[in-house]
Amino acid sequence: MEQKSIGGTESLKRVFAEGMRDGVPIGMGYLAVSFSLGIAARNAGLTPFQSFLASLLCNASAGEYAGFTSIAAHAAFLEIALVTLIANARYLLMSCAMSQRMRPGISVWHRLFMAFDITDELFGIAIARPGYLNPYYTYGAVLTAAPCWAFGTALGTIAGNLLPEQLVSAFGVALYGMFLAIIIPPGKKNPVVAGLVILCFGASFAASKLPVVSQWSEGTRTILLTVLLASGAAILFPRKMEENP
Amino acid sequence: MKSNYIYIFIMAGVSYAIRVLPLTLIRKRIKNRFLQSFLYYVPYVTLAVMTFPAILHATRSQISGMLALAAGVAAAWLGADLFKVAILCCGVVLAAEIFLLA
Repeated sequence: MEQKSIGGTESLKRVFAEGMRDGVPIGMGYLAVSFSLGIAARNAGLTPFQSFLASLLCNASAGEYAGFTSIAAHAAFLEIALVTLIANARYLLMSCAMSQRMRPGISVWHRLFMAFDITDELFGIAIARPGYLNPYYTYGAVLTAAPCWAFGTALGTIAGNLLPEQLVSAFGVALYGMFLAIIIPPGKKNPVVAGLVILCFGASFAASKLPVVSQWSEGTRTILLTVLLASGAAILFPRKMEENP
Repeated sequence: MKSNYIYIFIMAGVSYAIRVLPLTLIRKRIKNRFLQSFLYYVPYVTLAVMTFPAILHATRSQISGMLALAAGVAAAWLGADLFKVAILCCGVVLAAEIFLLA
């Protein structure tokens, strides 16, 4: 039943393979980022297996980093829960956005599995595809990207600074290249999105320089700017109702 | 001495709860026009905010980060896919830093 409503086995395989392919650049970026995360985990006193487990289960850069910092400080359990909540709050918004793009009547299992690895990148590539979200596309992308994240973290904890720094530097922008590939093309068709992206760059830059605001964590600034700017855009440029999904 | 495993499971539990609750609980189309528009804009805003100025600090030199940004925007505008844009940005940084940090 489920398969029929999504497409034949052939197209399932094709979509799954597309997901795996698009997961490759994400996995590469993850390797570099998680490697440095692994170093933070080591400083917090985690073993390589513990940092591997944390990354496998949490799938969050800022959230894990904040968590490791709290572990290093032997924080209270409630505090680490709150820190994780705040640093990851944008995934709550992304999950809401995804709920609007689910095929009606899709099995709850797909919802449970698709939620597991909602990250900036995997959310971005899933939402960039037209129409309803295809769970198999997400599974393909997760299958290539998630192991990179977990193993990269473990490697970072084990090996510290083995990777040459020019490669770390180059890998570091892979993630941002992916972000650009997601946010720039829609701006060609929709001038509101184009203007909004430029405004976001400016506002984010200003927030990183302004007194007080620049002292807040990057996660906090991202949440506040997201709520502020997306609300503003929704009030000034509401979408026509039939434009979805 | 608190166990690291308890910390890790708390982090994992909160991380999953945040992601799974909206996706499983919101079953209907949101009819409210503001909310619908807001959710449409959220991904673009979040990713844009996280890209700049962070890309300038991801590299060893701010100039190479800036060049990667310019190259990435141009390539994405011209229709390059995710993989190509990402690779191009990495290549630009690698090449630029050979000259900048020589």
